[in-house]
Amino acid sequence: MKIVLENLTKKFPNRDKKMKEDVIAVNSFSHEITDGKLIGLLGPSGCGKSTVLNLISGLEKPTSGKIFFGDDDVTNLPPENRGVGLVFQNYALYPHLNVMENIRFPLENLRGKDKLTKDQMEVKVLETAKLVQIEGLLDRKPGEMSGGQQQRVAIARALVKKPRVLLLDEPLSNLDARLRLQTREELKRIQLETGITTLFVTHDQEEAMSICDSIVVMKEGRIMQHGAPQEVYDHPQNLFVAKFLGTPQINVFKGQIRDGGLFIGKDRVMDVNATAANGANDNRVQKEENIDRVQKKENSIRIQNKENEKTVARDVYVAVRPEGFVAVSDTDLKDILHCDFMKMEVMGRDTSIICTHEAFEGTVIRAIVPSESRPQFIGGEVCFKLKPSKVHVFDAETEEVL
Amino acid sequence: MSDTKDLEKIEKRDKSIKIVRGAARYLFLTFWALIVLFPFYWMIITSFKSYSSYNSEYVPRLIITSPTLQNYVSAFTEVSLGRYLINTFIFTVITTAIMLVIVVLSAFAFSRLEFPGKNIVFALFLSLMMIPNELVIITNYVTITDLGLRNSFPGLVLPSVISVFYIYLLKENFEQIPDELYKAAKVDGTSDMRYLRRVMIPIAKPTIITIIILKVIECWNSYVWPRLITDDESYFLVSNGIQEIRENGFGRENIPAMMAAVVAISVPLMALFLIFRKKIMAGVARGGTKG
Amino acid sequence: MTNKKQTLTAWLCLLPAIIFLGIFLVYPMIDVFIYSFEEGYNFASQSYFGLGSYNYSYVLHDPYFIQALKNTFIIVLITVPLSTGIALIISLALSSITKLRELFQTIFFLPYVTNTLAVGLVFMILFQKTAYTDGMVNVLINLFGGESIDFIDGPYPAKMFVMCFYTIWVVLPFKILILTSNLASVDPIYYKAAQIDATPKWRVFFKITLPMISPMIFYLAITGFIGAFKAYSDEVALFGTDLNAAGMNTIVGYIYDMLYGNSGGYPSYASAAAIILFAIVFTITVINLLVSEKTVYYQ
Repeated sequence: MKIVLENLTKKFPNRDKKMKEDVIAVNSFSHEITDGKLIGLLGPSGCGKSTVLNLISGLEKPTSGKIFFGDDDVTNLPPENRGVGLVFQNYALYPHLNVMENIRFPLENLRGKDKLTKDQMEVKVLETAKLVQIEGLLDRKPGEMSGGQQQRVAIARALVKKPRVLLLDEPLSNLDARLRLQTREELKRIQLETGITTLFVTHDQEEAMSICDSIVVMKEGRIMQHGAPQEVYDHPQNLFVAKFLGTPQINVFKGQIRDGGLFIGKDRVMDVNATAANGANDNRVQKEENIDRVQKKENSIRIQNKENEKTVARDVYVAVRPEGFVAVSDTDLKDILHCDFMKMEVMGRDTSIICTHEAFEGTVIRAIVPSESRPQFIGGEVCFKLKPSKVHVFDAETEEVL
Repeated sequence: MSDTKDLEKIEKRDKSIKIVRGAARYLFLTFWALIVLFPFYWMIITSFKSYSSYNSEYVPRLIITSPTLQNYVSAFTEVSLGRYLINTFIFTVITTAIMLVIVVLSAFAFSRLEFPGKNIVFALFLSLMMIPNELVIITNYVTITDLGLRNSFPGLVLPSVISVFYIYLLKENFEQIPDELYKAAKVDGTSDMRYLRRVMIPIAKPTIITIIILKVIECWNSYVWPRLITDDESYFLVSNGIQEIRENGFGRENIPAMMAAVVAISVPLMALFLIFRKKIMAGVARGGTKG
Repeated sequence: MTNKKQTLTAWLCLLPAIIFLGIFLVYPMIDVFIYSFEEGYNFASQSYFGLGSYNYSYVLHDPYFIQALKNTFIIVLITVPLSTGIALIISLALSSITKLRELFQTIFFLPYVTNTLAVGLVFMILFQKTAYTDGMVNVLINLFGGESIDFIDGPYPAKMFVMCFYTIWVVLPFKILILTSNLASVDPIYYKAAQIDATPKWRVFFKITLPMISPMIFYLAITGFIGAFKAYSDEVALFGTDLNAAGMNTIVGYIYDMLYGNSGGYPSYASAAAIILFAIVFTITVINLLVSEKTVYYQ
């Protein structure tokens, strides 16, 4: 089932009663979710991602905008008529019912032509229990199970009635680290096996990147960027997305573009090939431009320079992925970033170099290099060349990609 | 799945069901609210009707045409309503105060102090909660009579000052106060009693207020014990007083005057309730479910 | 040593409680058993003929006691289920509205803070039929085409009706308050989950709400049973102090009448009746607990 969200807006009355202004949880949110895909809705807490989920499930009604399931306009349809399955963050299993009764619960609600006999229910419950691999736990109560097992029961309960859409609200956040890894693979497998359009909400970018067909990054109720996980990671369209995706976090410097070069502090790190653009802001144009940028030349970065002025200096943010640093020992080479060395953390295959730079925006720079190419130092200084594909340049004011 | 018309139908049905449900709820609640309020309304309007106009209404009227304060004057002059109110006030204050001292001291001993046999004594206390009042009231009646304390405030107050349940309630609350506070106070050279007065009681204030509220309501409404122990009108509490007024007051069936007395008796507690509404309701809910 | 000092302080703190509990709770508890077996106890001379179970047999054969027993059981069996049920319905309605909710809650709580004897007098007058007036309630009955009944001095079922009605009116506030706060403590996520699964309202109630608040309902039922078995002052409020004459006496009323008043002066009979009452309440509570263990869901 394809889901189309059209200009969804949701306002809540302000909790602080003195403030008359409504809180805008979701702000003209438009998106199309392709049938049969696993979509991750990603963003920091309070960005409105759970509200989007509630709007799709019908638990909340949008202030304005429309929701379509396929061709059906379901905007005002009560949740019980939407045919969605919802897995809650803390599972919401009925504590007084055992696993069997919990999974069977939605089936017992079916009326009219959909009504099932006891045997049919039994078959469906077993089938679903097998899918999530809990067939041995059917007579347990929720309180007698581990978090991971409860999670599976919750998914089974959501799936048993064959929903058109499966919604998961932070499904892994209550599990410990090891279980989380295991369960997210499981989620992917279940989604592939059932082929149900699945939308899940998370604040953990790694979780979303690892299993989703496509991710939507949100901030303050708006979509910041959407696309395939790798695509979004490689080509963040704004500083927020660049910072939000990737661990360790991307390193952000204050920089300047002048004289056909990219400067971080007084270090010139790269050439800049400005392409004249027509102030095009349309997504599609930007996408083409993205593809363009993949073919970055050695040691140069191509940007859209709207003003097309090479002489006037322009303030920018330069974001460099930790893996975008290449440690070099020869300080005479050109296009080098000079940083003050602090310490080194050897982690087997890789080595983290922790250092600082006057133009750096955070506290410390974290560069990850292969352990065998660990650098030599001269005077407490460490020198890097930057990989152009791992460097992203954003306008200092709009924080949009250049 | 379904075409647009079906969806619209479902939406409409959903909306109308919600409206009907909402209306039914409010109707039902309003109906019960009227049943609750009517006796109050009735007693207030009747208390302002004159004796003759009340008796001339074969079908009682729900409005007052010529209100009079005569009934209130009668209630305070012809019968000793004022005496009953003062007695009840004294009884309530003394009983609550003594009880509070006993309860606070016991709860303090059980929660803060260490002494041999503490757990056994506390278990014994708890088991006493199961003894119903009706079982012990007979002997207490004999005891108080033998002590010659009938028709006296000590006789009224003494058997009413103890409540194991409140000791339990306060002990639980005291125990939530972190040990570190006690240790810090000890380091500063604070005595146990000073610690109780300056730290524990202020922290446990909400629970203490709950206990006071519950006890005051209980005292104001107590009927059985005062009835057994007093037959001298000058020691009657309001409950016995109203019974006395009903059976022997005013010389005749003066219902408006009786209603004035009922209003006068009901007003103090009602006023207290309306002022401390949230605290009282929270207190009763807590006291009621902890047991 | 501080420990010794602390022990001393502790006992000093407990002393008042122990004295009062000893004199007014422990000693009377033992004493009442002794009384109940002392035959022919004379209050004035404080002497008795011998020991035996005559007091019990006297009480159990006393028609007034039988009447009181019957009245008490009728009151218990009618008011406990009915008041709990009504309280549940009201609480459900209350927890599903937002507007005016506090107002309704306040109104429903009012009877809790009233002097039941005083308001009982109001009820008596509303239901009473006298030479001057048929009373407010009868006016309503007439309005719907019924005939006037004297609820206070009239036929037994009418009297029992007022009795139960007033008892329910008095006990409801507490039950509504407890149930409303208990309903609010059910995590709303279960209702959302049920709604997503298209669960009909009645099924949500019976399959989710009821099991989750069942411990509290049983608690209310048990305390309700205990309270109703001790019914007395509400009866006095409606029918006056001479309950035997009105045929509306209760077990507790019987105990007090035996002890004091026109027919009083028989603490032995009163003790026997009190112990019978205690035995009944104890049995019912145990049965309740056994039933609840089978049916109530505890988290």
